[in-house]
Amino acid sequence: MVPREYEVARAPDDLVEMLVDRLVDYKATVRRCSVEGLGGVLAEVLAGTERIVAPSGVPEGWLSAYQGEVLRDEPRPLAVADLDAPGVAVVTGCAVAVAETGTLILDAGPDQGRRALTLVPDHHICVVHSGQIVGGVPQALRRLADPTRPLTLVSGPSATSDIELNRVEGVHGPRRLDVVIVDR
Amino acid sequence: MTGGGNIVARRPFPAAAKEKLADAQLRANLRRATHTIRDKRLRVVAEVPDWEALRVAGAAIKDDVLSRLPELLEQFEAAATAAGAVVHWARDAAGAAALVTDLVRATGATEVVKVKSMATQEIGLNEELEAAGIAAVETDLAELIVQLAGDTPSHILVPAIHYNRSQIRDIFARNGLTALTDDPPALAEAARRHLRAKFLSAKVAISGANFAVAESGTLAVVESEGNGRMCLTLPETLISVVGIEKLVPTFRDLEVFLQLLPRSSTGERMNPYTSLWTGVTPGDGPQTVHVVLVDNGRTDTLADDVGRQALRCIRCSACLNVCPVYERVGGHAYGSVYPGPIGAILSPQMSGEGANHTLPYASTLCGACYDACPVRINIPEVLVHLRQTGPHPAAERAAMRALSWTMRSRRRYAAALRAARRGAAPLRWVTGGTVRRLPWPMSAWTAARDAPLPPKQTFREWWARERS
Repeated sequence: MVPREYEVARAPDDLVEMLVDRLVDYKATVRRCSVEGLGGVLAEVLAGTERIVAPSGVPEGWLSAYQGEVLRDEPRPLAVADLDAPGVAVVTGCAVAVAETGTLILDAGPDQGRRALTLVPDHHICVVHSGQIVGGVPQALRRLADPTRPLTLVSGPSATSDIELNRVEGVHGPRRLDVVIVDR
Repeated sequence: MTGGGNIVARRPFPAAAKEKLADAQLRANLRRATHTIRDKRLRVVAEVPDWEALRVAGAAIKDDVLSRLPELLEQFEAAATAAGAVVHWARDAAGAAALVTDLVRATGATEVVKVKSMATQEIGLNEELEAAGIAAVETDLAELIVQLAGDTPSHILVPAIHYNRSQIRDIFARNGLTALTDDPPALAEAARRHLRAKFLSAKVAISGANFAVAESGTLAVVESEGNGRMCLTLPETLISVVGIEKLVPTFRDLEVFLQLLPRSSTGERMNPYTSLWTGVTPGDGPQTVHVVLVDNGRTDTLADDVGRQALRCIRCSACLNVCPVYERVGGHAYGSVYPGPIGAILSPQMSGEGANHTLPYASTLCGACYDACPVRINIPEVLVHLRQTGPHPAAERAAMRALSWTMRSRRRYAAALRAARRGAAPLRWVTGGTVRRLPWPMSAWTAARDAPLPPKQTFREWWARERS
């Protein structure tokens, strides 16, 4: 019998505030907005970005105010070269977010797409609805619809601790992570 | 079946340690790095109110795995196979390296990209691939530094911990990687430019796994830089080399380890990236997925009641970072890819070859490693156990036999004490209470310690005099 005396349901006072605190600590940029304000905030984050990638499930409404070109990964999947082109950003949703650890979990759902989409572009914008935020890791893993889908846990932009054990942001994954939290 | 590969120390630990202790730059680099990480770990562990409960659960889950390993391995194989992976079994290091090399050869690739993996270091995979004309490109920053320097790793988590930033810049420059300054961000940028094209064009990737879920056949890789994601996502073929003790029974068990591992290893609330995949997913990631399950001395270790707890290890390296011995000698002195306290109990159990029997003595038994271990491996207990059951020099065995004979009789014991006191009396004038150097064979003892002289009277003598 495995003793499981640890806390399964962590309930901090303010989930959103804690998530924001953790993300900022990882050097991600965080914005908060209402459902109606999302299109405007995304256009603001993407100002100066000429081309973005959006998985098939990202609603048109999110990108309504965005002026640049939108590449969709269907009907034909985008080539790696398209994703790697300079200045390309990717906009996705997420499956669940963990306040305590500042983690966004992607499970390849329709608004997140296949894993390469959130990996190759140098700038990732992730939209989190406040209802998707849970306290701790156990709650988050239990929320996943199907754990055998490809899962990626993202906690801040790409980083390394390999030089003198200090964390430095920006290696192979997206070097810029913007998180937009939509309050309901 | 005893293990082999890069877990066999070629030189006795005392000889290797003595040489490393003379390197002042190494000591300075290690001190700085290990103290940075210690403080970070303490900070993030202190903010988790149920840390002890998580440690207890982590240890219990791993003990459960070890108690029914054959059954869980078969369950993993069935689930992974059903999900589209091909599962292979390797008995030892040589067998595993040959198997992986054959798999790569079958794809026709002459270059593979690698995610940092202790298992592939252990089995000597890069050497084997090179001999077959296949270039293995390490993509983790620290592994890349070590590979470019023509060196070997000296830490489980940060293989290049023994280099500081300016040394790293020099190593890069010698290999044609330009960094404008020795600032860590500039060095990271240089590594990004160097590896980008390789990631985007690689056909085959090789990884290890931090966890393997028996019920679903899922593998997990915990990393920071995104080099892991690149390797796990972009190539057509993925080969993962996994030690058989990496299993956890259920997906739910990851809720424990994904809390324990990042805080213990890099001292972060969570590492930047963790990837989980189950066999093949059509249209997403590698379409050919191999899993190579490696024993290499693990079943041997499992047979020892006391020593088997070493197999709970999740390779976080917290024990290295708090160890006073590791901090001074560094990883190379241990002669195995598993250095530090965990290496001192893991390497000699996985392989009895070479100088591995000297490793259980590479410790002061201070116990800091046990406190830091997220799966509560009682490292001091196993160290003492291995010292007791390991080989001893003939002179020591003879001395212990004589001591045992003397101490079995009250009369002999008292007489021996009297004799020792008389013998030591003239020395007391010269040395004051301790002897720094004894003649052979006792010189082996005093080489690293002072020998105390026997006291002027024993407690029994004092008692007898006081009461008379």
